[in-house]
Amino acid sequence: MLLIRCPHCEMERPEIEFRYAGEAHIVRPPDPAAVSDEAWADYLYMRANPKGLHAERWRHIHGCGRFFNAVRHTVTDKILKTYKAGEPKPDLGAFATSADR
Amino acid sequence: MSGPFRTPSGGRIDRAAPLSFTFDGARYVGVAGDTLASALLANGVHLVGRSIKYHRPRGILSAGAEEPNALVTVIRDGGRVTPNLRATQIELYDGLVTVSQNRWPSLHHDVGAIAGCFSPLFPAGFYYKTFMGPRWLGSNWAWTRVYEPLIRRAAGLGRAPTSPDPDHYASRYAHCDVLVVGSGPAGLCAALAAAQAGGRVILCDEQSEMGGSLLSETTAIVDGKSALDWIADKIDLLSSQDRVTLLPRTQAFGYFHDNFIALAERVTDHLANPDPASPRERLWQVFAKQVVLATGAIERPLMFPDNDRPGIMLAGAAHTYLERYGAKPGHRAALVGSHDTIYRAALALARQDVVIAGIFDNRSHPDSDLIPLAREAGITVTTGATIIGTSGRLRLSKVRLGVLSDDGSARDAGDLACDHLLMSGGWTPSVHLFSQSRGKLAWHPDKQAFLPARSHARVWSAGTCAGDNELSEVIENGFAAGENAARAAGLMARPRVAVAVENAQTLNGGSLGELPHPNRHSRKMAFVDFQNDVTSEDLKLAVREGFQSIEHVKRYTTTGMATDQGKTSNMNALGIMSSQLNIPLPDVGLTTFRAPYTPVTFGTLAAHSRGDLFDPIRRTPIDSWAQDNGAVFEDAGPWKRARYFPKAGEDMHAAVRRECRIVRSAVGVLDASTFGKIEVVGPDASEFLKRLYVNDFRNLEIGQCRYGVLLNEAGFVIDDGVIGRLAESTFHVTTTTGGAARVLHLMEDYLQTEFPDLACWLTSTTEHWAVIAVQGPKSRDALAPLVEGIDLGKASFPHMSLAEGKVAGVPARVFRVSFTGELGFEVNVPADYGRSVWELIWQEVCLYDGCAYGTEAMHVLRAEKGFVIVGQETDGTVTVGDLGFGWAVGKQKQDFVGKRSLSRSDMIKADRHQLVGLQTVDPKIVLEEGAQITIESSSTAGAAALGHVTSSYWSDALGRSIALALVSGGRKRRGERLHVPMPGGAIEVVVTAPVFYDPKGERLGG
Repeated sequence: MLLIRCPHCEMERPEIEFRYAGEAHIVRPPDPAAVSDEAWADYLYMRANPKGLHAERWRHIHGCGRFFNAVRHTVTDKILKTYKAGEPKPDLGAFATSADR
Repeated sequence: MSGPFRTPSGGRIDRAAPLSFTFDGARYVGVAGDTLASALLANGVHLVGRSIKYHRPRGILSAGAEEPNALVTVIRDGGRVTPNLRATQIELYDGLVTVSQNRWPSLHHDVGAIAGCFSPLFPAGFYYKTFMGPRWLGSNWAWTRVYEPLIRRAAGLGRAPTSPDPDHYASRYAHCDVLVVGSGPAGLCAALAAAQAGGRVILCDEQSEMGGSLLSETTAIVDGKSALDWIADKIDLLSSQDRVTLLPRTQAFGYFHDNFIALAERVTDHLANPDPASPRERLWQVFAKQVVLATGAIERPLMFPDNDRPGIMLAGAAHTYLERYGAKPGHRAALVGSHDTIYRAALALARQDVVIAGIFDNRSHPDSDLIPLAREAGITVTTGATIIGTSGRLRLSKVRLGVLSDDGSARDAGDLACDHLLMSGGWTPSVHLFSQSRGKLAWHPDKQAFLPARSHARVWSAGTCAGDNELSEVIENGFAAGENAARAAGLMARPRVAVAVENAQTLNGGSLGELPHPNRHSRKMAFVDFQNDVTSEDLKLAVREGFQSIEHVKRYTTTGMATDQGKTSNMNALGIMSSQLNIPLPDVGLTTFRAPYTPVTFGTLAAHSRGDLFDPIRRTPIDSWAQDNGAVFEDAGPWKRARYFPKAGEDMHAAVRRECRIVRSAVGVLDASTFGKIEVVGPDASEFLKRLYVNDFRNLEIGQCRYGVLLNEAGFVIDDGVIGRLAESTFHVTTTTGGAARVLHLMEDYLQTEFPDLACWLTSTTEHWAVIAVQGPKSRDALAPLVEGIDLGKASFPHMSLAEGKVAGVPARVFRVSFTGELGFEVNVPADYGRSVWELIWQEVCLYDGCAYGTEAMHVLRAEKGFVIVGQETDGTVTVGDLGFGWAVGKQKQDFVGKRSLSRSDMIKADRHQLVGLQTVDPKIVLEEGAQITIESSSTAGAAALGHVTSSYWSDALGRSIALALVSGGRKRRGERLHVPMPGGAIEVVVTAPVFYDPKGERLGG
């Protein structure tokens, strides 16, 4: 089980308090009607599946209830950073060295 | 005296504390401190089991968790029967009852042993080759009916107990700075170093006593003390610190992500009279900042023909039995091996007056300080020698010697009588947990071993599991690992006090793979994997048949796949593969190590999650009334819901028919408390609901409700429910019973991440309200006398109205809604008043000869009206259009969740599966839900179905069966005749509108 730091509660809590919610930083088009079928299908279905660093959404569902984002290494499952939803996506390159150590 | 083979003194046993036990009905006496294995050996018993495939007599091979042969069943009482325990780990207690396994009628006379005579029939992969039945019986007939049952009966381990486990099991979490696995010299020192740095330390060891290999160390002097005194000092020191937790009898069996380690503690299995209040085992789930693995090494057997007779044992194990348990393996020993362990064992045995018939060293020029010592003790040491065969049916009686030539062949050198043979092929570092931590292993040619290299986990390895050999080195590296771990955990390591080690024996050597023997193609078997009866010949055959990957060979031959997971066999199997494929050993590859390290009981894994605690049940505030009134319940998600209320003599159909009839003719009450309820509050509440639901809620008046449909972003229906407006900024949203949590999660997701600009708050109120549905033409008459502050009149409170007032004196929200098609109300009262208000309403309902009805009648009544149930009429691929709910979509709305998807080309195809009604041509036939629908009455194989039946019931109101279905292009097929193919022939049906009863909805307005 992972220990995950909730950026709202500012504490590490066990994974069972959290729920995974898919890839982060996928923005719902502000005017869906203006989006082509292809672009809408991309928004609905196309996801990165990296071997390595992944910015993803989690919710502290059995805690504060808030959604937040995390950078997780998909090989080691290490969570290298958590941050509040709405904050910019961190530069994943900056984590590469520490995760691949 | 506790057995004729007990030494007079020494070891970690208490000769003054005799313990009586039985094995296969025979009574023996051991002493406190014995394991079952050591007690049997002290009594001269070597034959303890039969092998899985050939039923060969087997003895005790090892002295630890790696034991492949000595598996026994421990019987305490009826429900407390534990099969497949390793005799080497079972602690003796007075009255212990044990039996051997996989033999009939007895261990000494086993009919199954005939399998050994047919061994050529059972080569690697025999079950793929031999047991083919006649083709005309079908491909699987002979295997499933004849061969598999026979093989399963003949082969196997112990029998599973048949009655429920009466014990209970505990589970706990723990956090620590440093977890140390293994309490041998390396682990002890690591724990000391981490504890001195002030860390929270957990030290666990699978054995009953801490100390590991030092418990059988009799020569070395550590810090001027005997090894045993030194351990005692250090354990005292550790146990005096309250930040240190010592866990003996605790196996670390799994290493999971983020340094999360699972430990299984045996709490009561070693006790004669366990406290019934105590758990039998305890699962520890440890979050460790740092882990030190000091898991030691496992000795390898040698592979020569007939290397599995009782009396053949690992040399290191024999040394342990002698020095720690005071049990001699016999009177006359022969020793063979490629590792100096054989000299240490021989010297120790000779000191206890065991005759050493000879030491046969596979190496031509061994170089050990112990060889001159052995010769001084009068022991014959032959180098360049091996064993090429053994004799003795139930116990070893003699060995056949071989002389190794420079060309790698072996020459017969005659027989040697002995009653036990001790062997050592060297030691394999236990890297299982390190490998489970996703650590990479590196091959070290100098040590002929895979050793820990890089890991993603915060883990350190020390001692023989890391390739250390000499005791001083083990201690030094143990301290270093503890210090490193403490520092990495953010602690300050204290300066170390040097530990002086004198007189420690240095043991070297080792080999991998099969030993040469002249009778290469004889029927003699040299076992690699003792527990799964895999021989060197099986591995060679697999290679000859073209297998090259160790992963494939493992599965084809089953080597390493028994309950011991190849602890004693994997490296030898790699050695054989390497020589057969003629490639370097590390190129053969290594199979993956997986949890658990040793078998773990289901009880430990389940812990408290069994019986009533296995899966929590949710019950409504009115549930107790339904129980008192004879309801039959069904599961709805985690809820128990009353399905129907049978009267005496009624089956379900009769009860449901009666309940439906009374609701349509008078009045019925239904406990609807399980419906999900979410309070949506805030100045932007209506805007939020507008963006989520297909309907528009901005124009919903206060005191009105609307049927809402919720889509996912892909445009498919995921939930529905009635939404009422209580105030400008307050909405009472209902969801399906199963969808409540999911809908709230989805709402929170949008509110927090997509629409954070909206001022709106969501609260789950599912459990705050008890909901009583009062339905039927007499529902107003029954309810009105109890209602205060709401005029239920036809004009003042029309269909889809909502008001707050009092019911039976209790504050209530009353909805005029109907899921039956009749005049109806749903009364929401605070949950604590649920049952009392229900009972008052029930009294009124009884005045009109009403009834309580359950979910089954609710389903029939709603299906008669064509009301869908999300999850029954929908399956995640159904749109609002498919359901014919186009009317619900707010036409003026620019956007709502899922709207964009509704115009994708696939969503507007004419042949989409659409909701229709079906009526069977024979009105008495009730279709099966889930049945497929076709055009032809006799569809050819492979013909696509047009759709499927989603709901199907007998309708009492219509006097015939009705069904709802999703049918391709269904709305244009009204009047068409289709077919529902069933095993007894196709059933002819007519496509209709999905509303069967009161299609104009006149009854709603009553």
